Amino acid sequence: MTLDVHAQTVGEGGWVGISIPRVEDAALLAGRGRFIDDLGMPPGTLHAAILRSPHAHATIESIRTDAARAMPGVAAILTGTELRALTTSLVVGVKAPVECWPMAIDRVRYVGEPVAVAVATDRYLAEDALGAIEVSYAPLPAVVAPLDALRDGAPLLHEGFPGNIASDRSFSYGDPDGAFASAPHRIGVDVDYPRNACTPIETYGVVAEYDPALDAYDVLANFQGPFSIHAVIARALRVPGNRLRLRTPPDSGGSFGVKQGIFPYIVLIAVAARLAGRPVKWIEDRMEHLAGAVSATNRVTRLQAAVAEDGRILALDWDQIEDCGAHLRAPEPATLYRMHGNMTGAYAIRNLHIRNRVVVTNKLPTGLNRGFGGPQIYFPLERLISRIAATLGLDPLAVVRRNLVPADAFPYRTATGALLDSGDYRAALDVALRDGDHESLLARRAAARVEGRLYGIGYAAVVEPSVSNMGYITTVLTAAERRRAGPKNGAQATATITLDPVGSVSVHVASVPQGQGHRTVLSQVVADVFGLRPSDIRVVTELDTAKDAWSIASGNYASRFAPAVAGAAQIAATRLRERLARIAAAQLNARADELVFSAGKVFSPGNPGNAIPFTRLAATGHWAPATLPEEVEQSLRETVFWTPPQLDAPNDADEVNSSLCHGFIFDFCGVEVDRDTGEIRLDRYVTMHDCGRILHPGMVAGQITGGFAHALGAALLEEQSYAPDGSLLTGTLADYLIPTAREVPEPVILHYETPSPFTPLGAKGVGEGNTMSTPVCIANAVADALGLADIRLPLLPSRLSEALHGAEPQPPHHEARPPQATQGERTLFGRGRASVDATPEQLWAMLLDPALLARVVPGADNVRRESDTRFRAEVTLGIGPVRGRYRAEIALSDLDPPRAVTLSGSVDGALGFGRGRGRLRLVPVGQARTELTYDYEAAVGGKIASIGGRLLDGAARVVIGQFFESLAVQASGRRPSLWRRLLRLFRRRA
Amino acid sequence: MSRQAPAVLDAGQRHPVRFTLNGRKAGGEAEPRMLLHDFLRHVLGATGTHVGCEHGICGACTVQIDGAPARACLTLAVQADGAEIRTVEGLALAPDRLSALQEAFRAHHGLQCGFCTPGILMSLDALLRERPDCGEAEIRETLSGHLCRCTGYTPIVKAALAAAEALRVPHHA
Ligand code: FES
Ligand code: FES
Repeated sequence: MTLDVHAQTVGEGGWVGISIPRVEDAALLAGRGRFIDDLGMPPGTLHAAILRSPHAHATIESIRTDAARAMPGVAAILTGTELRALTTSLVVGVKAPVECWPMAIDRVRYVGEPVAVAVATDRYLAEDALGAIEVSYAPLPAVVAPLDALRDGAPLLHEGFPGNIASDRSFSYGDPDGAFASAPHRIGVDVDYPRNACTPIETYGVVAEYDPALDAYDVLANFQGPFSIHAVIARALRVPGNRLRLRTPPDSGGSFGVKQGIFPYIVLIAVAARLAGRPVKWIEDRMEHLAGAVSATNRVTRLQAAVAEDGRILALDWDQIEDCGAHLRAPEPATLYRMHGNMTGAYAIRNLHIRNRVVVTNKLPTGLNRGFGGPQIYFPLERLISRIAATLGLDPLAVVRRNLVPADAFPYRTATGALLDSGDYRAALDVALRDGDHESLLARRAAARVEGRLYGIGYAAVVEPSVSNMGYITTVLTAAERRRAGPKNGAQATATITLDPVGSVSVHVASVPQGQGHRTVLSQVVADVFGLRPSDIRVVTELDTAKDAWSIASGNYASRFAPAVAGAAQIAATRLRERLARIAAAQLNARADELVFSAGKVFSPGNPGNAIPFTRLAATGHWAPATLPEEVEQSLRETVFWTPPQLDAPNDADEVNSSLCHGFIFDFCGVEVDRDTGEIRLDRYVTMHDCGRILHPGMVAGQITGGFAHALGAALLEEQSYAPDGSLLTGTLADYLIPTAREVPEPVILHYETPSPFTPLGAKGVGEGNTMSTPVCIANAVADALGLADIRLPLLPSRLSEALHGAEPQPPHHEARPPQATQGERTLFGRGRASVDATPEQLWAMLLDPALLARVVPGADNVRRESDTRFRAEVTLGIGPVRGRYRAEIALSDLDPPRAVTLSGSVDGALGFGRGRGRLRLVPVGQARTELTYDYEAAVGGKIASIGGRLLDGAARVVIGQFFESLAVQASGRRPSLWRRLLRLFRRRA
Repeated sequence: MSRQAPAVLDAGQRHPVRFTLNGRKAGGEAEPRMLLHDFLRHVLGATGTHVGCEHGICGACTVQIDGAPARACLTLAVQADGAEIRTVEGLALAPDRLSALQEAFRAHHGLQCGFCTPGILMSLDALLRERPDCGEAEIRETLSGHLCRCTGYTPIVKAALAAAEALRVPHHA
């Protein structure tokens, strides 16, 4: 493949900073990617399928696997019993007597929790086997909302988490009480931030093998790090770290944090391989992913501010209730603490009180997702700014400006301990307003409002942290607990540069890219150090823990690649260059520190004609090691472990520098809300980024547009929703809505560069910021358009409808008021007419005769008359795949003989229940004919409610049609002709 | 090629499936329930076609069957018997020469992880052939049948517009 890189000439400042084509792309575009499911497997590899819980909360009474084991191709069935025998519970991130298993042991706690694994010769057969596993469950009450989990008497998920609380910590910085006592205003917001997930298009995949001779596991998985999880997996598998070889495939189809959450499945499939005695492969399917992979946390927050007259924030009081789902899985509750140093955002606020509670509920456990904790804090914080402006009658921009950290304060230590490395927030904001043409947006809003249209403008200013301090999570422990556990801190990055016998350069890093083009950027960075072309550098990014340099911070998360990993590669290359320079100095008779590495040659600036080719110099260490100057031990390979000194462990005052770098983002946007439909149109979106030095503009733009699309989804569409009983309502991509090219406009991207003084290349992370800034920026704009104080994501038109149209009016045909359906029930409505050859009086008499009703009501028998207007009956009905017997009660009311009557009733059976009400009117037509008109509304629940609404409506129409047909037959005393019956049947189908 | 499948296929049996894959004869055996993407990927080893949902929403599995884009995850392998199938592996002009569309994706950073890309390329390839004059609205309409989580679509739209332009002026391709 010819790469343009060969032809391209290096820019002024070298390759870094130029958008060269990515080395990754040619193979990916031609269908030659090497994703996990594309790789060859060891001969004899078996395939796994996972049986998952249909209940949100239930005790497993028994699991019968004999029939499944006997099926063709089935090699093993793994249940909680075997899992418990062969592994240890996953470690939990708080001090509590709680276990966390990758599969239910004797109780399920969320819909989608693994219950058994079938291993067979192919995936189809493994899935067949799942159907033969019989599990008997005893359902328990479920709790879904975090506030409900805290209520007295709420169903308890884990005995070791009393009151469903996994952690409850309070923090105080400065003098919040004093500030609140003396401030003229107290302004607050209440936020219920929803759950969403980044859903990479490639799902999880694991191939595992067990060697009984060595008691060692070999695992290939599209895991993304952090590799601190390697220790968690090894411990669960009861092997030392050197008996768990964890490898990653060359390509991974996106992650956004999500592929950290694969680790419980690594344990599960590893054990399945051990049990089956052969390699086992598992590729997750999409429905498994949505129900059982990982989600971001949902969080309930009350944020209060003490505010001065001029909009200055004197103190903040955070009360956060974090919902981590059914299990507290590593590294949770990290989502809650990742932002701990940044709880004041981009603002200089010295006084804070924070209360952090972590609760468990009957939902999917949470973990890394793009933005990780950022969206959950910036939504309240930036809504608060907007509320302060609205309450005090100030311009929101004036409130932002008044509170921003001033330019002369950097590096700025926040009240909670973060060290903001660099920035000029006010200047960046001014440039954004100017270059993003804020003036014209104001004019558009004014013009739209004159025309009566709903147009709003929103703002958001955020600090985007990157390169996480591996110690921040210990802030969840008290200082005393931390002292006992020993310090945790740092963010070690590794890079290895190797020179081979023909002098070509290879780079290896432990960054585990998921599509961000790490190989390209590293080739640029290293090419610049050696004076080569990027195409001369070969970069390998797949990781093998048995052979490569790695540490706990290795992996692809917390936007650490550009600031940390690329920097480590630069340091390694520079060290190797220094050694090569010493070798060259001896040959060229020059000083090592003055030598120039350029265009594939090494020379002294005073004598460029006398140059050594780089490749020859680089090969020297292989071919003539004895000629190396004494101080150069070797010149073949250099591995660098780099950790920034700024990342200390949390101190006794609970101050923590939770991240190394801090980008700044200022966004503003204009939206228009359709008055009739509630649809939101993004008129313009401007996003200003200070991400330090930009290494590859094309990739930075890609990170921003990609993060923006995720954020737009979170703002407008995405929510992993659960019914109050814990059933998952968003189990397919037709229900969990992801924005498409039709919904995502192009944002205006602006930059203001202040290089980070703490990273080797001056770069900061950039990929996560818009997931923090964009949802609240859009919400602020919609709140401005509609004049709303409270606003909840996602901003679905149905949510805005009350603000636009007032509370929903009752349906116009008030005769039949629907019994209010509670959630989880389905409602049915209908109306129709029929005509019968009988007088109204004749029909009226029939309706009150139980014996006759028994013949007329489809499937009814044993109709008993309890009083003049009350009947009981037993009815057999089949709706779609669900056929059952129900007890029915029918009452007649509002009698207007022989003109009208209201029938209301309820049915109840093992398969479900329903209530309904209908009004029947009888109008004489001519001498001996009656026209009947009716309307009805009903609600059904239980198993039949899980049947699609269309099927139910259709079934109701069929049953009612049968009722009138039988009524007509009874009234006229004859059956309709066969021809008529066929015709009716046909009409019903049509 | 004849496209006659036996009137009744036995669920428990494997049946021969033969079609043209990227201009070459290809074939193997499949149970009636085997999906086309599994057949392509795991029987024929053509792993360029990806699977993102298996329920017809994400578009990652899109291939061309007799010239028209189709979801391989909603097609049984036996249905493809006798058809002309084109996949992402068939797009490049030569092993070392990408098509104008592929080149445009590379130039405009129309991909990141590249997992959604094969399906998107197959849909756009068909669109650009059918509607060489298509503009941004039509491109976005076609793309709306695909999910991409990495790019935010903007670079894909730019790549598609550039490819359309290049194909209209062939000597620039
Ligand atoms: S895999 Fe076929 S549409 Fe998603
Ligand atoms: S490039 Fe990763 S999903 Fe589209």
